[in-house]
Amino acid sequence: MPRFGEWDQRRARAIIAAHASLEGPVLPILHALLDEFGHIPDEAIALVASELNLSRAEIHGTVSFYHDFRRRPAGRHVLKLCRAEACQSMNGPRIARSLLHELAIDWGETTPDGALTVEGVYCLGLCACAPSALYDGEPIGRIDRDRLDGIVREARGT
Amino acid sequence: MALIKDVDYGTPIRRTEKAVTLTIDGQPVTVPDGTSVMAAAMMLGTEIPKLCATDSLEPFGSCRLCLIEIEGRRGTPASCTTPAEEGMVVHTQTDRLARLRRGVMELYISDHPLDCLTCSANGDCELQDMAGKVGLRDVRYGYDGENHLKAPKDESNPYFTFEDSKCIVCSRCVRACEEVQGTFALTIQGRGFDSRVSPGGMDFFSSECVSCGACVQACPTATLNEKSVIEFGTPEHSVITTCAYCGVGCSFKAEMKGSKVVRMVPYKDGKANEGHSCVKGRFAWGYATHRDRITKPMIRERITDPWREVSWQEAIGHAASEFRRIQSKYGRDSIGGITSSRCTNEETFLVQKLVRAAFGNNNVDTCARVCHSPTGYGLKTTLGTSAGTHDFASVDHADVIIVIGANPTDGHPVFASRMKRRLREGARLIVIDPRRIDLVRSPHIEADYHLPLKPGTNVAMMNAIAHVIVTEGLVDEEYVRERCELDAFESWARFIADDRHAPESVEDLTGVRASDVRAAARLYATGGNAAIYYGLGVTEHSQGSTMVMGMANIAMATGNIGKPGCGVNPLRGQNNVQGSCDMGSFPHEFSGYRHVSDDATRQMFETFWGVHLLNEPGLRIPNMLDEAVSGSFKALYIQGEDIAQSDPDTQHVTAGLKGMEFVVIQDIFLNETAKYAHVFLPGSSFLEKDGTFTNAERRINRVRKVMPPLGGLADWEVTVALSNALGYPMHYTHPSEIMDEIASLTPTFAGVSYAKLDQLGSVQWPCNEAAPAGTPMMHVDRFVRGKGRFMMTDFVPTEERTGPRFPLILTTGRILSQYNVGAQTRRTENSRWHEEDVLEIHPFDAESRGIVDGDLVSLESRSGDIALRAQISERMQPGIVYTTFHHAKTGANVITTDYSDWATNCPEYKVTAVQVRRTNRQSDWQARFYEEDLALKRIDARADAAE
Ligand code: SF4
Ligand code: SF4
Ligand code: SF4
Ligand code: FES
Ligand code: FES
Repeated sequence: MPRFGEWDQRRARAIIAAHASLEGPVLPILHALLDEFGHIPDEAIALVASELNLSRAEIHGTVSFYHDFRRRPAGRHVLKLCRAEACQSMNGPRIARSLLHELAIDWGETTPDGALTVEGVYCLGLCACAPSALYDGEPIGRIDRDRLDGIVREARGT
Repeated sequence: MALIKDVDYGTPIRRTEKAVTLTIDGQPVTVPDGTSVMAAAMMLGTEIPKLCATDSLEPFGSCRLCLIEIEGRRGTPASCTTPAEEGMVVHTQTDRLARLRRGVMELYISDHPLDCLTCSANGDCELQDMAGKVGLRDVRYGYDGENHLKAPKDESNPYFTFEDSKCIVCSRCVRACEEVQGTFALTIQGRGFDSRVSPGGMDFFSSECVSCGACVQACPTATLNEKSVIEFGTPEHSVITTCAYCGVGCSFKAEMKGSKVVRMVPYKDGKANEGHSCVKGRFAWGYATHRDRITKPMIRERITDPWREVSWQEAIGHAASEFRRIQSKYGRDSIGGITSSRCTNEETFLVQKLVRAAFGNNNVDTCARVCHSPTGYGLKTTLGTSAGTHDFASVDHADVIIVIGANPTDGHPVFASRMKRRLREGARLIVIDPRRIDLVRSPHIEADYHLPLKPGTNVAMMNAIAHVIVTEGLVDEEYVRERCELDAFESWARFIADDRHAPESVEDLTGVRASDVRAAARLYATGGNAAIYYGLGVTEHSQGSTMVMGMANIAMATGNIGKPGCGVNPLRGQNNVQGSCDMGSFPHEFSGYRHVSDDATRQMFETFWGVHLLNEPGLRIPNMLDEAVSGSFKALYIQGEDIAQSDPDTQHVTAGLKGMEFVVIQDIFLNETAKYAHVFLPGSSFLEKDGTFTNAERRINRVRKVMPPLGGLADWEVTVALSNALGYPMHYTHPSEIMDEIASLTPTFAGVSYAKLDQLGSVQWPCNEAAPAGTPMMHVDRFVRGKGRFMMTDFVPTEERTGPRFPLILTTGRILSQYNVGAQTRRTENSRWHEEDVLEIHPFDAESRGIVDGDLVSLESRSGDIALRAQISERMQPGIVYTTFHHAKTGANVITTDYSDWATNCPEYKVTAVQVRRTNRQSDWQARFYEEDLALKRIDARADAAE
């Protein structure tokens, strides 16, 4: 069962129109599209740009600035790893690199079986128990490879 | 000669009245209020280290290299974002600053490849310079932290590369694309360490980028770099010259290695472009040395014979004796000449002189006949001079802009960027055009009113606007009373107030809602300074001249001529349309628009040239062709024109050419017209000769020779040789002497000389005793003709009508990457953006004909038919189709008819009744074209034939 609707130009146009008169409408529109479609496809970028009379590059810049605006549909589960200072100093990058290496994906990508998407975030406010992560919205502190492996297993249902 | 390095003040030069005085490193300096400390220091010659600042862009303050200390203030502010203030005491060099700057540089360099020695920007890199300036010796962070050194290179643009690993994320490119070009094609993608420059998450070629080069120009590193520099290395000297494409007339530095052009860089001191450029002038100059260039003179007896290479002497001698033979057989008036808007003023002047003095008749005309002759006629009749009223810079003061029948973002891109900047600042915009051109709506620009009129109804539309102005009491009566002929105004006002001109009465005719017309007219009349810019969509109509007068009427009626931000301004298609008209290329006029029947003028020329001159106008191009078909016009000398492709009703043109006994073509390529020629004289490109071009704002710009003519002679030298052979000797050793002759024979040019052009960079005519430095704006206190004259502008529909057989209207235009007949741009990488001419058609018209995007369709008019691909486009309105004429093989002008402007014969390219249907084959004309292309372009015994 898909959690989100398929891309629908008319629906998207209506969502944009509903927010277009706001001061600084880009972010509210993108959030609304994300809520509707679960990700921001290329068509959405072109459409938001043309409806707001901005360039596609500008919308791309905004979308890429916020890690929430994923460009492809997420996997069945989402793991967000913190990449900010405190977690960096607590070995976060090494753990992340080795996980990504093993899954053979890059930041923001989804495993080929569609089970898990790994994304970066910048500080979850859990610096005290760095390195930290968010799994399907649930915070996890003091992560290490073992805990992550457990998460991967759970995500894959194995 | 050395490489000219423009001074970079770091932040834009402000033009404010108020001045402030401050002290920088102990030296006092007075600068306009609003100047940054960085620019103030540069005015003293003190260069504060900087990376993210450059004076074409607003300051940004991101690199933190330009820190300074200010007495009485804490901290070390950035000098680029700190405005100079009265009494400020600034230090730019202290130990503390040196330490800080070195620290900043270390961070940059720790994430930058250290391959300076093999880098394409070696010697032309600001990062390198700054590392030297701050005395960087060591990078404490090491080079093995997380970095971007492996980032892939984007080479998709044909002219420049984007080498991400060298990017310092200073955002200069992003800001250049926004502020200078106005395209907004670049962004900073991601955040923090992941921030990278990106053309919207795709490669440059697929992106919104229009390849203007502004970002490349702004980039301080090798990240954005011209491919030609990567290939040939950095240049060693530069020469200032002028773009040979459109009528904007951008100044460029031709950056050279010996006689090889390495790159063309827009010149900051160029008054028309102020350091900006478009893809044509900046990058599409490779045609000049293309292998298709013909560099040896050639002759042949019949057009079906192959060409035979001969010496210059033989070719010129043969041409002269044939012209004389034909004259003695068929009469003095059986021959003529055509000058070119692509050539220099000096060359054009010589060709018309040759025709008048050596041929002994007035059968000289120019290709401007087919584009802007109505501008000359219309503006001369109403205002008194055949030229645009204002300079480009004036648009910075416009509050309301009307664009009529022009597509500046494609046709005049550098001026469009300037106009768009003004629009982003809040000027209002009215677009009158059948098509939804980019200006109607594109990022950050939106027209207040788009009046999508039916082609051929311009005059009805203009009359409706004038009707609103007059009947709603929006006339600037004081202005009209003081500056215009009152009688003429009153009868015009009575005429235009008639109900038949009301927007409501012409709604059906123009297809535009009356309420929009009323609103637009009110905006124009009451919105402040209002400027009109127009193009060939105005002139290339059966009522082109009427329309030009109609625009002059409303500008006078609302007082919108003679002050900044206003005017009636033609956007000239080709580089030297203005100049070729000024130089006396028309059969009825000497240089400076003086009629051949004017005895005093003619006698002056007779004395100077030592010959008798005719007082009757000669033949216009269409008349020459008609008379060639009917058998009385026999020979033609054509310099730098391709009438077989560019002129309307191609089959009539070629019939005319075939009817002549002798045609001489002087061109850089074997063009379409050359198929019908008997002598081919190699021409020279703008890089191979000295001279001047005059742009759309009457600005006379220098063209400078950077390499020897490939064929051995510059175009002016060829005309001199021909004239000498005809027995009318010309003695010039340099084009400057031709300009001296023009100046002494033409009152509006009296003050022009190469010495003055070298000194001032450029001048706008009139330039004479009254205006020694030229005239940026005309008609300031009074009109050139004295009082402005309102003219009656009755709408007369064109005889070209749609009907059951030809239900659609075809209108033609051009696109950004190609130029005119495409002879040059097709021989460059620009063709990657536009490989063929396509027919734009509205989805509605396409559907009812069963046409889908990309289908081959046949386009047929009363004149002929061609086949081309369809492109479904909502830019069009139903009932109207559109194409370009950049590719000879498409033959768009096979379709256009020979209807023309009543006053000037300017052809009606913009309205042709057509039918469109699907097809699966080329048209007969196209099939014949391919055959003739092979048959009539054969060259014998070419030395390089074996290659
Ligand atoms: S070349 Fe011009 S349009 Fe393209 S990205 Fe650079 S500045 Fe923008
Ligand atoms: S590409 Fe050049 S101008 Fe643009 S951010 Fe990078 S270094 Fe600066
Ligand atoms: S705007 Fe015109 S003159 Fe300027 S670079 Fe482009 S083609 Fe040349
Ligand atoms: S830095 Fe990772 S949670 Fe704050
Ligand atoms: S030059 Fe001033 S902060 Fe970059």
